[in-house]
Amino acid sequence: MTALEAVLLTIITASTPLLLAAIGELVVERSGVLNLGVEGMMVMGAVCGFAGAHITGSAAVGVVAGLGAGVAMSLVFGFLTQTLVTNQVATGLALTLFGLGLSGLIGESFTGLPGVKLTAIHIPGLSDLPFVGPVLFGHDVLVYASIAITVLVAWVLTRTRIGLVIRATGGNHHSAHALGYNVVAVRYACIAFGGACAGLAGAYLALAYTPQWIENMTAGRGWIALALVVFATWAPFRVAVGAYLFGTVWIMGLYVQGIGIGIPAQLLAALPYLVTIAALVLISGNRVLTKMNTPACIGQPFVPDR
Amino acid sequence: MRLQLQVRSQPSRAMTALSPVIAIALTVCVGGVIFAARGLDPLHALYVYFVEPVTTMWSIEELIVKAAPLVLIGAGLAVCFRANLWNIGAEGQFTAGAIAGGAIPVMAPDLGPWVSLPLMLALGMLGGMAWAAVPALLRNRFGTNEILTSLMLVYVAQYLLDWLVRGPWRDPHGFNFPKTVAFQDWHLLPTLGFGRVHLGAVFAVIAVVVLFVLMSRTLKGFEIRVSGDAPRAAGFGGFSRPRTVWFCFGLAGALAGLAGICEAAGPIGQLQPHISPGYGFTAIIVAFLGRLNPIGVLLAGIVLAISYLGGEAVQVELGLSDKTAKVFQGVLLFFILACDTLIRYRVRWVAGRR
Repeated sequence: MTALEAVLLTIITASTPLLLAAIGELVVERSGVLNLGVEGMMVMGAVCGFAGAHITGSAAVGVVAGLGAGVAMSLVFGFLTQTLVTNQVATGLALTLFGLGLSGLIGESFTGLPGVKLTAIHIPGLSDLPFVGPVLFGHDVLVYASIAITVLVAWVLTRTRIGLVIRATGGNHHSAHALGYNVVAVRYACIAFGGACAGLAGAYLALAYTPQWIENMTAGRGWIALALVVFATWAPFRVAVGAYLFGTVWIMGLYVQGIGIGIPAQLLAALPYLVTIAALVLISGNRVLTKMNTPACIGQPFVPDR
Repeated sequence: MRLQLQVRSQPSRAMTALSPVIAIALTVCVGGVIFAARGLDPLHALYVYFVEPVTTMWSIEELIVKAAPLVLIGAGLAVCFRANLWNIGAEGQFTAGAIAGGAIPVMAPDLGPWVSLPLMLALGMLGGMAWAAVPALLRNRFGTNEILTSLMLVYVAQYLLDWLVRGPWRDPHGFNFPKTVAFQDWHLLPTLGFGRVHLGAVFAVIAVVVLFVLMSRTLKGFEIRVSGDAPRAAGFGGFSRPRTVWFCFGLAGALAGLAGICEAAGPIGQLQPHISPGYGFTAIIVAFLGRLNPIGVLLAGIVLAISYLGGEAVQVELGLSDKTAKVFQGVLLFFILACDTLIRYRVRWVAGRR
């Protein structure tokens, strides 16, 4: 494997969890809900994914466990914000704090244990091609899944009736309700989808990115995913581009560190967070683009009148 | 059967007072279930967790040491949240305050006793303020979401501290440990005569009193509350939103920075890579449990300090992980938010579907 192939491979592995988490949150926000608990759902997905795979020895079980953990966490958020109409920002923060705590507790007995790595799928013919093979066709199932989910989300949101209902719910929940759509149910479904994606993102970290459990191993990726959705102005394909940009920044930091030119390692480690701020400033400076796509009802509580 | 919410004609006064109590009670119940699931006697474990920390003089002193930063930060955050500004980067402002204040003992250790400490405290507040000024500036200038920017800066502050104590500020005689020189006696906050309780506790009480007066008795407090509750009305009233943003972030940053330097110049006595057991994030829970009211924050700070001490107690006595504390804190915030629903709505079960 050449050096360039190696770099491209690591960029794809670093971008996939960001893409998975962000595309899930995009659907949630399109339905008018702001779930700041991505980090918490993701870290629970990571610990449950690791635990499931470690106990059974099967990475597939780990993936399912991670997905399940993400959904379970998101339903707690759904119950609070949709059924009890709590403040979404505060509830999302609570979800993150709770997830970070609980994952630490669950993961304590798994720290330092060997993990199970998600194996790459070998596609006969394609995977053996020079350069293109290892870079494009030498990945595990979740990398392909992240791309497939992005395409699916883009198609559903813009080309189907379900997508129209989701967007209507996010754009004006009173109108959607008046038209006879069950706003709360639509939002529950979107929140659960977001949880599933965040859980998968976490499972990917613990099964493919670094197959082990480290406390707080998400390291703010859930928050970066949230920023990505804003940066992409709620458009699925722009989320994908953004995720790969951020994955590149993340990996470049590591490589520059490896080369060892006199830049402090901490500055490079802080780079993704600084770039996130820069990206947010850049996009929020563009008022037209932001105004045009922001779901109008985002973060607003909705109580159906009978 | 499904839950249905009915809007109350006006917020329930009884529930306003009761909801934090109900939330704490429910959290304790969940705690009992968790302990029982771990095969412990739930009543004994709950006693160890929630009661024992307030039974000995030593633990009450430790309680105050832990409550002081939580109250300082929480009081500032409560003002921000009141104005509907989501500063969730207090952990970073705390760290920035510790760094800025810690510059004196590290870089100018020979400054006299009477100059050093006040200067350190002032620099600590300025450091926290500067860190909080970034999200405020970006919000006012570009309309950037302050939630994400303030949080991102937490990581940046932590890496900055990590770099300083491993690099330029490392104690040359410290056997390569990532720590600065130990602060001299005159750099440390005077203790109040019992245990490790230091001046920080006094600052916390002063902050609470000042903020209580500010929020309930002054025009500025009114401006902040209106700006949060009814932004349009605030605009028509001639209150400038950017000015509120600057004020709230500056205040919360200064208080978090003060808490940071008090921690470094108090219990820790030097700078090291980890100076906070998540105070900046736990203070968010403190602010909500205290109903975004300075006096409430004081009580809530004590409750959350108990959760830290209880976590240590169950680790030592029952062999449970001290991470239990973080889980309890998260559960507590869920319950607080859920109980707040009771203030504005009646919750009832209705039969059948819609």
